[in-house]
Amino acid sequence: MTMATEQEVDHPLELAVALPNGSAGAAILSAGAGCFALGVLAVAGDASKSMAHWLTFYKPTGPLSGVSSTAILLWLALWLILGRLWRSKTVAIARVNALAFVLLLAGVLLTFPPFEDLLLRK
Amino acid sequence: MQVTLRELATAAHGLLFGGFFLFAIFGVLVELVRSAHVKGASDLTARGCSLARVYMIATAGLGWAAVLLGAYAVYPWYRAIPPAGAADLSLYPQRLLLASATTSGWHSLGMEWKEHVAWFAPIVMTMAAYVVAKYQGSLRTHPQVKRGLILFTTTALLAAGVAGFFGAMLDKAAPIKGGGTITLMRSAK
Repeated sequence: MTMATEQEVDHPLELAVALPNGSAGAAILSAGAGCFALGVLAVAGDASKSMAHWLTFYKPTGPLSGVSSTAILLWLALWLILGRLWRSKTVAIARVNALAFVLLLAGVLLTFPPFEDLLLRK
Repeated sequence: MQVTLRELATAAHGLLFGGFFLFAIFGVLVELVRSAHVKGASDLTARGCSLARVYMIATAGLGWAAVLLGAYAVYPWYRAIPPAGAADLSLYPQRLLLASATTSGWHSLGMEWKEHVAWFAPIVMTMAAYVVAKYQGSLRTHPQVKRGLILFTTTALLAAGVAGFFGAMLDKAAPIKGGGTITLMRSAK
């Protein structure tokens, strides 16, 4: 599945109007993926003591410090990569939105304690 | 009139940064929905564009201030471990909540959800600030981008709302106490 196609701009004056949507798509998709990563890391931190230990970047805050910092780093890295790849492209933004929103909702669900308990069979 | 350092930091986290963040996200959402139902062009002036940019950046900034202050100042006080045999748990809110079946849910559901879901809102609002700043002049020609922003901003509002609601209830059930005392005003008596 290819989400990006080359954007053609015939006249420089049309640049402002025909600004490719690739940068917006990269920002939206990476935000969804970052939230999903946070949800996955939150579950991982609760699932095993060694993971919780590994995710403890700052002891007083506990595993939350590593969960949030790692998710933020992943979000920013993905944003940087997709932003560069899609900067001058027009992407299938409806599909990007849908995928990003599914990732965001999955992230919300993964952080919801009853769902997490169900997943970890606590 | 006195307040402790921990109470002041908690108020700054929840009332100042968190509260204004919630209001600001609601403002962004109203403006996005309104602008999606405008007839014809309603472009902002250059000054209007820069004010909108400042508003979006300030919104994201409030969110980051709320989560960072919460995670690295208030949360360590909340989850502090009492010395063995401590009878008074008032300085250890997490332990105080877990000590009773009637309050443990505020931690196991409230704090456990809030501490993670709260981060979604500043991540999403940073994305929204970037997109609005970059596409301000041409956002009306990208209705799908605007639709994505509305969906994400709505979710950010809900995430911040969950964090705010549980934060307020946790502070009612087991307030953060202790730290140095700051005198705000002296009584004339």
